[in-house]
Amino acid sequence: MKLNLKIWRQENATAKGKMVDYPVDGIDGDMSFLEMLDILNEQLVEKGEDTIQFDHDCREGICGSCSLQINGEPHGPDKLIATCQLHMRSFKDGDTIYIEPFRAKAFPVIKDLIVDRTAFDRIQQAWGYVSVNTSGNTVDANTIPIEKEKADESFNAATCIGCGACVAACKNASAMLFTSAKVSQYALLPQGRVEATERVQAMVRQMDEEGFGNCSNTGACEIECPKGISLENIARMNREYLAASVKG
Amino acid sequence: MGGFLNSTIARKFAMALSGLFLVLFLAQHFSINFISVLSKDVFNEVSHFMGTNFFVQALLQPILIFGVIFHFVMGFILEAKNRGARDIKYVKFAGNENSSWVSRNMIYSGLVVLAFLGLHFYDFWFPEMIHKYIESHPEDAARYYDELVAKFQSPVRTILYVVSFVFLALHLYHGFSSSFQSVGWRNKYAKGLRGFTKAYAIIIPLGFIFIALFHYINNL
Repeated sequence: MKLNLKIWRQENATAKGKMVDYPVDGIDGDMSFLEMLDILNEQLVEKGEDTIQFDHDCREGICGSCSLQINGEPHGPDKLIATCQLHMRSFKDGDTIYIEPFRAKAFPVIKDLIVDRTAFDRIQQAWGYVSVNTSGNTVDANTIPIEKEKADESFNAATCIGCGACVAACKNASAMLFTSAKVSQYALLPQGRVEATERVQAMVRQMDEEGFGNCSNTGACEIECPKGISLENIARMNREYLAASVKG
Repeated sequence: MGGFLNSTIARKFAMALSGLFLVLFLAQHFSINFISVLSKDVFNEVSHFMGTNFFVQALLQPILIFGVIFHFVMGFILEAKNRGARDIKYVKFAGNENSSWVSRNMIYSGLVVLAFLGLHFYDFWFPEMIHKYIESHPEDAARYYDELVAKFQSPVRTILYVVSFVFLALHLYHGFSSSFQSVGWRNKYAKGLRGFTKAYAIIIPLGFIFIALFHYINNL
């Protein structure tokens, strides 16, 4: 398969970037998208050119590292997968593919296709956890009965891998789906209810401070999320936040 | 309240509440306007009541004007923040693959509705305020129908109204259902409610278009 790649190149965080054309040949449909980029990088090394920098780690859709905007969509045209799970059979011989970094003011480009997503870490650090006294008297979580439905909803929210596709897909670069998934996974469980008020206030405050946009309910985040995180989490976070504001 | 409105979620909540209030007002406005198609006398009677009732004029009207201004100002504030949240745009952005054009362009449908409101105020509200409160004419309970019909003798104005109502429909199509998500209302009835909001977004503006065309054709 022969492809024409248009890839965002940017020397560093302060440099001005631009799209650069890279024709690439010998691509097999069974290759993953990242393997295709590996082949391109090998060709660049042979030519003595600077390789294209992109994030990756597990390459099996778990870590959330691979963050590429492919033909205008986060993680490419296929749904419910991360970039590393995208295969080249999703493209045709002769296709032109645009590859850009996830764009948001809160996700500044570090180099080429790598963006700084530590804004998500700071939201998580704001209160994306349950405070547990580990003095030795900790109660086993399994002894607390939880409705199956609630446990499943919490688990589904917890499957968010923090890849940032929701931000990348949103026309407002909003981080509501990510933050709401993190709020929901605790808000749905009795262990998380204890600090629910403080948690939602702290995480939303941090989300706003990071400079993400507002949610205008377009639903793009839900469609592009590789883990299928539901918009229902955003509605739940809105309820949690408004209730927390009333409590003060 | 100022501190509360600093947060993203609270602003969207306030935006949704003001939108829901305007949706309610729209139903009331449509109901009265539709009477003009059925009966000149009843329309005059209802309009006279609305135009002279102290509760409507002194309390509801200022609340309505505040609601309209708040909705537009908050819309601009939210839009400014949203635009600032992505300082470098994508070279290729496939928005149609994951969301509707209407949902992504509420600011533009809203701007058309705002421009229409300017025309609508110029046509009806300002003359009404001047008539009643500045020139202090004696009240004529039979004038309302003729004033309404006179406006729709112009084909240009009628077309402007029809086009504006199409944009109002687009704005409502996303905005009405979206407002329930913003206030956190999403449960087993959400699907049915979404159907109702979509139907409302089409039927009410279509009704306004019908009224405008009815009076235009009726006076040819």
